[in-house]
Amino acid sequence: MTDFISNPDAKHKSGKATKIALRWFLLLLLLIFALYYLMPLFVMVTTSLKSLEEIRTGSLVALPREVTFDAWKTAWSGACTGIQCQGLQPYFWNSILIAVPAVFLSTLFGAMNGYIIAHWKFKGANLIFSMMLFGCFIPFQVVILPMARVLGMMGLAGSIQGLIFVHVIYGLGFTTLFFRNYYVSIPGELVKAAKVDGAGFFRIFWSIFLPLSLPIIVVTVIWQFTQIWNDFLFGVSFSQAGTQPITVALNNIVNSTTGVKEYNVDMAAAIIAALPTLFVYVVAGKYFIRGLTAGSVKG
Amino acid sequence: MSDWLERHVPKMVLAPSFAAILLFVYGFIAWTGWISFTKSRLLPKYEIIGTLQYERLFISPRWDTALNNLFIFGALFIIISMILGLILAIMLDQKIRTEGVLRTIYLYPMALSMIVTGTAWKWILNPGLGIESVVRGWGYESFSFDWLVNPEYAIYTVVIAGVWQASGFVMALFLAGLRSVDEEIIKAAQVDGIPTSRIYSAIIIPSMAPIFLSSFIVLAHLAIKSFDLVIALTGGGPGYATDLPATYMYTMAFSRGDIGQAASSAMVMMLVVFAIVVPYLYSELRAKND
Amino acid sequence: MSPILKVKNLVKNFGSTEVLKDINISIESGDFLVLVGPSGCGKSTLLNCIAGLEPISAGEVFIDGRNMTDVSPKDRDIAMVFQSYALYPTMSVAKNITFGMKVRGVDTETQKRKLAEVARQLQIEPELNRRPGQLSGGQRQRVAMGRALVRDPKLFLFDEPLSNLDAKLRVEMRTEIKRLHHDLGASMVYVTHDQIEAMTLATTIVVMKSGVIQQIGTPAEIYGRPQNLFVADFMGSPAMNLIKAKATKNGAGTKIEISRENSAPLILTDTQNTNLPENVILGLRPEDIAEASMRSGPQVQTATCLVDIVEPAGADTYVMSKLGGKEVTARLHAETGAQPGQLLEFAFDLGKVSYFEPETGQRLN
Ligand SMILES: Nc1ncnc2c1ncn2[C@@H]1O[C@H](COP(=O)(O)OP(=O)(O)OP(=O)(O)O)[C@@H](O)[C@H]1O
Ligand SMILES: [Mg+2]
Repeated sequence: MTDFISNPDAKHKSGKATKIALRWFLLLLLLIFALYYLMPLFVMVTTSLKSLEEIRTGSLVALPREVTFDAWKTAWSGACTGIQCQGLQPYFWNSILIAVPAVFLSTLFGAMNGYIIAHWKFKGANLIFSMMLFGCFIPFQVVILPMARVLGMMGLAGSIQGLIFVHVIYGLGFTTLFFRNYYVSIPGELVKAAKVDGAGFFRIFWSIFLPLSLPIIVVTVIWQFTQIWNDFLFGVSFSQAGTQPITVALNNIVNSTTGVKEYNVDMAAAIIAALPTLFVYVVAGKYFIRGLTAGSVKG
Repeated sequence: MSDWLERHVPKMVLAPSFAAILLFVYGFIAWTGWISFTKSRLLPKYEIIGTLQYERLFISPRWDTALNNLFIFGALFIIISMILGLILAIMLDQKIRTEGVLRTIYLYPMALSMIVTGTAWKWILNPGLGIESVVRGWGYESFSFDWLVNPEYAIYTVVIAGVWQASGFVMALFLAGLRSVDEEIIKAAQVDGIPTSRIYSAIIIPSMAPIFLSSFIVLAHLAIKSFDLVIALTGGGPGYATDLPATYMYTMAFSRGDIGQAASSAMVMMLVVFAIVVPYLYSELRAKND
Repeated sequence: MSPILKVKNLVKNFGSTEVLKDINISIESGDFLVLVGPSGCGKSTLLNCIAGLEPISAGEVFIDGRNMTDVSPKDRDIAMVFQSYALYPTMSVAKNITFGMKVRGVDTETQKRKLAEVARQLQIEPELNRRPGQLSGGQRQRVAMGRALVRDPKLFLFDEPLSNLDAKLRVEMRTEIKRLHHDLGASMVYVTHDQIEAMTLATTIVVMKSGVIQQIGTPAEIYGRPQNLFVADFMGSPAMNLIKAKATKNGAGTKIEISRENSAPLILTDTQNTNLPENVILGLRPEDIAEASMRSGPQVQTATCLVDIVEPAGADTYVMSKLGGKEVTARLHAETGAQPGQLLEFAFDLGKVSYFEPETGQRLN
């Protein structure tokens, strides 16, 4: 080493070499981590394409010797969730029927609330906002019992509408927060100018705020869709046999104790349940991350 | 539109949401709180009888396990996710050319339902056919990995799955934090000849204190609410070895028909969450209003 | 005829802080009222109160004789130009200008005609189909003006409309606004930080401090006869020299004595102002102190002072000398040969002098 130090040229070269070696090492580490994160997905996909026979005899991490889509077919339309054996298909549509209206309504209310809290402050508006924020953080266990009773009283017990209602109510805090934080960055002078121009509350929202809102609408819709699609607690608490969302059905398939354990079907079902949110993540990852960070850092 | 209407329209538009929050959040909390002081079983009774339910709760060995598990799971889940997230963020911050792809890979578990995560890891950790058989296949015949069905260790499988799901998210938070550090300060330090490791440890990481705090809050919050993951991975078992307060509450409410226990355990959960979140939110809101 | 704008005993509180205190203003049709004052003194708030954008806590606002106190902004027949211009970012320039008319249900023909008229007047025809984000600062400013002009209101309100422009453009637009005011004969209320803007545009200036009006007057009055120390110090650049002095009755006039370090006090005799208290603050603008050889007149007095600092500033050279414990600035010709450390004979024009009470700051003469 001393040799190198006395020779500036050599030192320079060795510094460069270590630097390159370090970078490769870094990249290697990063790739190992990437494998760690990808491994479960890989195992899920390969398992779902194997036959039960191959699963029992082969290795977890081996590629399928013979690709078969039988497990996917069963998972989609034949697997048993308790006594019914219709696969995930009906529950997939249930989740869509729940998520689409719930996302739409909670986004709409969130946009209006955020617009008001950011630009039409009145006495107590801040307090209302704080109360909504705290509402984002409660563990939902604390509202399940009374909610079950209230849904019953409204005649919505075990219904899709009931689940939509629940998701809209408990999504409001976050959607309001998203829109409020986005709208406060729009200068108040814009609202003032529009007021002087003669526009009112709805006109200003429609003509000025809505055209500016596309990014935050995307963030909110993605956030809400992911939350609602992935929800399990509300689904399992407030649904009944025909109205369960896909997460509940998936859990029932996986944990059903009757018959042989079909691991390939379990994995296919899990992938099917994950596909919509994964698709959203891959297509609009930027907005997904923005929602995650906004929803947690600011909340 | 008349002037009066014009002036009150914002209040009227906000009113339904406000009423909903008031009733369905605060009203419901009050209701659950009330029930937790009654001797409700299958059906709610409204006659206050004192702290009986809480006494029952704290002598119940099952609740004891649930709280213990929450502590173990919460601590490990938070610490490991934070460390892993920070390491990944710092490594990714080195102007890696494939950063975009790697980030996408690290973060995708966050898009999955905990039920999916639980299902996947349940299969991977399966004592007969999972990791265990893979390692045995490599020639380590005596290798044994049965945590999933071992009451002593089952809770650690929940940690494994939880960390896998959430650490990428912590990475994203930290990465955003690293990127928001003032470039000029870093350049000044580089000009002063301070080595990269020192720049991180002395300048960048300390300036990210707020991000540490908010990821702690998020992770703690996730840990306390964790319900789906346990249900899908272990179903609370073996026995009730992996029960968490959330699963305890659910079992009491829907399988045991013991509303009083469900309510009191939910209230304890809420107090734990609020003890962590309220000071944080309070300071956040105050900082925002100043 | 009733005044075009009358503000009566207006008070505005934000929570418990009183931001505007008992404001009274009245201007006639065609007046150009300029509001000046330090940052945070309540200028924008006052403008918003006049526009109806902020509810007022007490008092009344009349526009063209009509009590507008509880009328919403859209019915006050006003137009407003904001500091940030507040152009609607997703609308084209043309849509920005016609939005107000569209909201009010003006027919398309009229909209088009008025748009064309204003676009020609402000020379923004080529920009009509662009978005605000694609315009330069000066063009944005013109669009904001256009949005106000097209309304043809009774009263224009401007909140620092030029402060986001660079110095050169600011001068150009200042002239433009002056021309518009002249051509339209419109009534305007204009907020600015810039004293030169205030002096060149205003027919009436209102100087405010901490929500209180300090003085209302024509530019010449505000500049020449400031009513208190605050106005004296605030208006004019470099600021008026405010020098501690002792006044004693001396026959028909007053002997003014200004202390100096390391030499005998400076003595001036004012023959016009008698009845001054013993302690006063004497105010003289830099241009009222000159080289003795350059200035003469009945009230001009000369005295020799030590030159401290010489600051050439193009057309003028500012020379400072220490009087009454402060650096006193004199505005001399650029050709002055004054050198630091030199003794120079100065002329003090006591015809322009102001006296203030040191405690209350009120004007004495
Ligand atoms: N919405 C508000 N709530 C509370 N205080 C406010 C509000 N708007 C303004 N203020 C306060 O009122 C005072 C006057 O503000 P204003 O904006 O009128 O000042 P200004 O004279 O226009 O200042 P500048 O020259 O910087 O624009 C300030 O102290 C400000 O902090
Ligand atoms: Mg202002």
